[in-house]
Amino acid sequence: MSTVILLAITGLGLGALYFLVASGLSLIYGVMRVLNFAHGAFLTVGGYLGYEAALHTGAQARSWAGFGLALLVGAAAGAVLALLVELLLIRRLYRREIEQVLVTVGLGLAAVALVTGIWGADARPFPSPAWMARTTSVFGAAIPNLRFVCILAAVVVLLGLRLLLGRTRYGLIIRAGVENRSMVSALGIDVRRTFTAVFTLGGALAGFGGVLTALYNSTVSPSMGDSLLIFAFIVVVIGGLGSVTGSAVAAAGVALLQQFANYYTTSGVGDLTVVAALALVLLVRPGGFLGRQVRLA
Amino acid sequence: MTATDSPARTAEPASVPAGRARRLVRPVVLLGLAVLAALLPQLQLSVPGVLPGPTWTAGSLQLLAICLLTGALAVTYNLVFAVTGMLSFGHALYFALGCYVFAMLLEHGRLPILPAALLTLLIGAAAALLVGLVSLRVTGIAFAMVTLAFAQAGSVLVLRNVGGLTGGEEGLGLVSARLPASLVGVDNTQNLYWLALAAAGLVLAAVGWVVASRAGRLMMAVRENELRVRVLGVRPYLVRLIAFTVAGILATLLGMVFLLAQGGASPQVTTSGFTLTLLVMVVIGGLGSRWGAMLGGVIYTLLDQRLGVLAASRQVATLPSPLRIPLSQPTFLLGALFVVVVLFLPGGLTGALTRLTGRSASQLLSELSREEAR
Repeated sequence: MSTVILLAITGLGLGALYFLVASGLSLIYGVMRVLNFAHGAFLTVGGYLGYEAALHTGAQARSWAGFGLALLVGAAAGAVLALLVELLLIRRLYRREIEQVLVTVGLGLAAVALVTGIWGADARPFPSPAWMARTTSVFGAAIPNLRFVCILAAVVVLLGLRLLLGRTRYGLIIRAGVENRSMVSALGIDVRRTFTAVFTLGGALAGFGGVLTALYNSTVSPSMGDSLLIFAFIVVVIGGLGSVTGSAVAAAGVALLQQFANYYTTSGVGDLTVVAALALVLLVRPGGFLGRQVRLA
Repeated sequence: MTATDSPARTAEPASVPAGRARRLVRPVVLLGLAVLAALLPQLQLSVPGVLPGPTWTAGSLQLLAICLLTGALAVTYNLVFAVTGMLSFGHALYFALGCYVFAMLLEHGRLPILPAALLTLLIGAAAALLVGLVSLRVTGIAFAMVTLAFAQAGSVLVLRNVGGLTGGEEGLGLVSARLPASLVGVDNTQNLYWLALAAAGLVLAAVGWVVASRAGRLMMAVRENELRVRVLGVRPYLVRLIAFTVAGILATLLGMVFLLAQGGASPQVTTSGFTLTLLVMVVIGGLGSRWGAMLGGVIYTLLDQRLGVLAASRQVATLPSPLRIPLSQPTFLLGALFVVVVLFLPGGLTGALTRLTGRSASQLLSELSREEAR
């Protein structure tokens, strides 16, 4: 029993990371119709800059303050990077969807290579508060505390996104933009500013997720973003493109499936099971679970 | 006139009524290129900075063979992406499958080379068909993600070294005992080069034939106007499936030759990054034309190779870090080049050539690729 609980909670911790990446991807796609292949690079850059920020605090690196700073810096780095990419590259290519994908592909390759050039190809240990590595007993299962931190962060982000999309004027504009872009423009609202805001928000979520991924892996490495990105894509397709709630449900489902399959069979089977699940979903519901029409919140 | 004719017809460049003389240019130029390529191992041509040595040396021949195979792989990707309009991120899967299954059948299956090759082709065809059947249920961006997921599954299988069959991160060596003597050893690199040249030529011809066929016209029609194809009573799903499977089979073939040319299989070809580089090649070369894709593949491979040499050189190591770090990462330079091409050179190198020289050089290229040009 305790094994099942352990697997379930660690699985949800992994699902939290998937959600942080997938929600940004899904939002960006839903509003802008841009599939952002640079999202993994945003995550990696956020993770590394958060790592540098934590190291800069010196003796404080392993304190909560150091970790909080890392999270802030990571999110800010992701946001700034995404903002620049949107203004300098994506904006020039509005309505040319394939070119937008291509630009993000090139950017993702280049950014990850640059990170490798600066910090080296090998993984580096990520400093985190000692409490994170300790365990808490839940019904007899010893769960590393950092899993709870990841889950908590994802839940806060999910609630925040739902509030933003469902209760604010910005959210209203975003949802309206998803439904009918030209009508929103016709009503005198600058859709481009919405695009920039959504892309930046996605970047911030990715950078934030980067620091949490570093915490989860207890290392930073150049490939950490892209290895998450692929599963995030699967999550987005299963959850339905453009649906934040769908992403959350699918992230939890995919991560749990992966975790249990990896434990009860051999390592690697979990990853394959996830791909098989994706194939199954496509055969049954080609639009994903919550993606009949593109919708948010 | 049926609607299926129209995409091909609109694709013809304006220079068609140029007469018989021009119609002769194409086969003559092609033949010349083929003869030159076939004679390279016998010649002593040096291209400093591009090839590591004169063309008859083993190092240069191997690099050229890899260039040809990668270029031809880009041509098969072009069939999927530019001709049929499917953004697949899993095309390298079939190439990797050709590489690995062939190596495994030779090493673990202990099959002779020809049955092993045939069986690999069959497995590659079956895999492409199966993946196509499932992933073509969605289109557009979702299709891109799904193909990526399948390719990732392949990569996981190889890297986790399931059953000790794939060698994990080490890759698989080639058992020379089961190969004909003419394909083994440094002295026989020229045979491998010729094999690669033949494979690339076969793939170019096959893709050209498919594109010119009725099915090929339907592929372009599906890209341009899916609804119209539907109205004509043809299922776009089937057309896409044909393009996807044909490209997969050809990629499997190239993967097998790549295994021989490399002398082993490395897990690098299974990664999603490798498929992304295919996309980069096709776009850099110029979308939609076989020769553009081939050119893009060759140039990318050469750049990757030479930039790698540059990155490891002493001149770079002594530079200050703001210069040294970007220069030491070929992928960074290539990724940045790619972004620049997408932003400023729509149509890639072939497109740029057309605009720069107006007629002369571009005429040649458009002659070569007229049935495919967008």
